[in-house]
Amino acid sequence: MLEVRDVRRAFDGFQAVAGVSLRVPRGQIAAIIGPNGAGKTTLFNLITGHLRPDAGAVFLESRDITGVPPHEVCRLGMGRSFQRTNIFPRLTVFQNVQAALISHRRRGLDLFTRVDRLYREETEALLASLGLVERAGEMSGFLSHGAQKQLELGIALASEPRLLLLDEPTAGMSAAETRDTIRLISRIVGERGLTLLFTEHDMEVVFSIAQQITVLHQGHVIAEGAPTAVRNDPEVRRVYLGERR
Amino acid sequence: MSGLRRIPWAPLAVVVALLVPAAGSRFYTFVATDVAILALFAVSLNLLLGYTGLVSFGHAAYFGIGAYTTGILMKKAAIPFVLAFPAAGVLAAIFALVFGFFCVRLTKIYFAMLTLAFAQIVWAICFKWNDVTGGEQGMPEIPYPDLAWMERLPLAGQLRTSDHFYLLTVVLVAACLWLLRRIVGSPFGRILTTIRENPERAEFIGVNVRRWELFAFVIAGAFAGLAGGLFGIFNRGVFPDFAYWSKSSEVLIMTILGGIGHFYGPAVGALVLLVLNQQITSYTEYWPFILGTILIVLLFVFPGGIVGALDAAARRLTRVRRA
Repeated sequence: MLEVRDVRRAFDGFQAVAGVSLRVPRGQIAAIIGPNGAGKTTLFNLITGHLRPDAGAVFLESRDITGVPPHEVCRLGMGRSFQRTNIFPRLTVFQNVQAALISHRRRGLDLFTRVDRLYREETEALLASLGLVERAGEMSGFLSHGAQKQLELGIALASEPRLLLLDEPTAGMSAAETRDTIRLISRIVGERGLTLLFTEHDMEVVFSIAQQITVLHQGHVIAEGAPTAVRNDPEVRRVYLGERR
Repeated sequence: MSGLRRIPWAPLAVVVALLVPAAGSRFYTFVATDVAILALFAVSLNLLLGYTGLVSFGHAAYFGIGAYTTGILMKKAAIPFVLAFPAAGVLAAIFALVFGFFCVRLTKIYFAMLTLAFAQIVWAICFKWNDVTGGEQGMPEIPYPDLAWMERLPLAGQLRTSDHFYLLTVVLVAACLWLLRRIVGSPFGRILTTIRENPERAEFIGVNVRRWELFAFVIAGAFAGLAGGLFGIFNRGVFPDFAYWSKSSEVLIMTILGGIGHFYGPAVGALVLLVLNQQITSYTEYWPFILGTILIVLLFVFPGGIVGALDAAARRLTRVRRA
């Protein structure tokens, strides 16, 4: 589904991502973990086209998408959420998801249809699957942090992605919110048959749902494989797991 | 829903506007024409400012281009208004497309500075190109469109030519505002608001942000051009000042004063600013001082502008009544 081949990116001489390769087969739930500054978000930005790699290539469904701008990557079937919640704060919850549908269905140049009721059923169905339908009319900027994260997931899903990239989907959430969010994500990924690649701080979350884990450290992959193998890897224990607990 | 919100304000405003010549005052018609045209100009700017989140410091360029287009066509080529007026929109749109192509490649303050730079180029050309634009002296005596047919209309027969032109202006401005209103209430308009709210996220719902910004820039430029086309005739002449930076800042002030969060905010801003200007200049020469004070108070007390403040007040009123 996704293949990253030896990508590199430096900022002012600092190698944020120093030659990372990664494969995520279709239908797999894959996690990238690593301490702060390991290059997780940079790697995401390289995959989604927000940054151009200095070297290396990215393939989505065997198609080379290296250097393709984000809005086109999105159309090729990749959905994304951001580490710092990224919604349209002064639009209502309904409008947030509706806008994503408008764009995905290429109605963004339609100047004369009334927008108010456009895609109402689809939008409400999507909001219902996220448990946000009662809040459809609320200004999204006033939602709780957890609800905003869920809404962002809804925005990403509106583009009907086949591959979903979530950058720290539970960052800043309480334990209860984290549990609900993980349950929600696994349900949606299962229902829609998505491939999922996510980064995460919370090890419990990672080991509970990931089928494959890649460990980044200082821009390098230091381990990858099934959760049990990664958990027992001595190098990983030294630089990461041991450091934290 | 509040009762105040159910009142069809826009049709009501058009009806009231159409009744202005009945007062029989040359002065009222003059001010009302000014207000109607600049209301369109300000609302067109707000497509960028309030809906797309782009600050243009050079919107007068397209107003000026429109004014010169209609003026030159009607005066020098004797082309009738029915063609010369839409030509203002078309030419302004073409220039907006070319200038906008470069401007949308920059963001925030750099975008604003580049719009200003292009506007100054337009001004300089109008100022220097004597053969075509009349240069510094401008181009006086733009003819009125042929409105003799209006004399056959009931009630309008006895009015002056300037009143006839005013009626035409009200109808055309109302039509343009209706169109713009449809545009901001369309799927296209919704996409523009996502760019205002969060361009990064908009990009990752599949929006080509630069291209949509350019579309908005062209549409805003076209309507500014139409406003300019009317203004040249109303003013009985076209001058380089129309494209000068002070004109751009004037329309920016109107828009912010009225409120960028509401479709008709900038129109209200145009009305308030021009009427205040007329009233206060007849009492004092310190009009700019008073304007500055009003603006400062407004920006701090009512950041949503006049319409934003009225909207909040109306909401509070309904809540009190319900309680």
